[in-house]
Amino acid sequence: MRLRGFLPLALFALLAVVLGVGLTLNPREVPSPFIGKPAPAFTLPQLHDPARTLAAAEMKGQVWLLNVWASWCAPCREEHPLLVSLAREQQVPIVGLNYKDDPRDAQEWLLRLGDPYRVSIVDRDGGVGIDYGVYGVPETFVIDQAGVVRLKHVGPLTQDVWTRKVQPLLLALRG
Amino acid sequence: MNALRALLLCIACAASVAHAAGAAPDLAADPALEARVNRLAAELRCLVCQNQSLADSNAALALQLKAQVREQLGSGRSEDQVIDYMTARYGDFVLYRPPLRASTALLWAGPALLVLGGIGALAVSLRRRASQAELSDDDRARAAALLEP
Repeated sequence: MRLRGFLPLALFALLAVVLGVGLTLNPREVPSPFIGKPAPAFTLPQLHDPARTLAAAEMKGQVWLLNVWASWCAPCREEHPLLVSLAREQQVPIVGLNYKDDPRDAQEWLLRLGDPYRVSIVDRDGGVGIDYGVYGVPETFVIDQAGVVRLKHVGPLTQDVWTRKVQPLLLALRG
Repeated sequence: MNALRALLLCIACAASVAHAAGAAPDLAADPALEARVNRLAAELRCLVCQNQSLADSNAALALQLKAQVREQLGSGRSEDQVIDYMTARYGDFVLYRPPLRASTALLWAGPALLVLGGIGALAVSLRRRASQAELSDDDRARAAALLEP
């Protein structure tokens, strides 16, 4: 009977723990339906030479990153130095998907801040972005040799995300 | 760090909204079709401003997805086909009415379980109160003695 007195305290503690866990979750992180599925096909003009195109199928046989970015996107600037250093170390080929951007702005941006992309492609109206379920730029996809999406990261790629999530995955995929 | 990221996302969100401003929302010529579009868009969540539906949101992506809904319904596809199109890209998260699955069972059954639990607790406490209210013969005798003039 004495225990009954502690019931409100126990309920309060339970509620505090549940709400505390809730605070640490990120509601913007939408679980992606693409993981384990083939990357949607695209054929898009290249940023530096619009007469040439790149198709997703051309990247088959290697593990690569698809990085969705735009010159109007502030967080893209935050992740950019990391991408540049990854490209310099030749860690992984990165394809840049320039999303709903003015190609001239994009070119100037890359000229000024460095160009980490093996190929840059232009998604002017965001149609390919919709096919990839893009809802917040920047987003980064890891796509394997068979063209299957293995990871999607929403928001700027940080050193922490790179060493904790992306790098181990690349190692595992390359066997 | 998280706060900083949230702030940056807000700025990005605001920037994309600004991007959309100026583009007048286009409407389907057929009012019946537009009504269907609006009904379906109200069931779909805007990914950019997550507490708004596609119908309410003016974010660039929401307007684009709503145009997608309009175009697909207009070309004769059914509501279910459009919903499949959206969930294939953004997951069940876009649906304001999530489908019944193992992972959502608690979500669907939760309110019913709470009501049943409440009714159960009420029944137990009412029964306990009823049994306390019953007087023993001793009590009756004492009460009668007290009440006697």
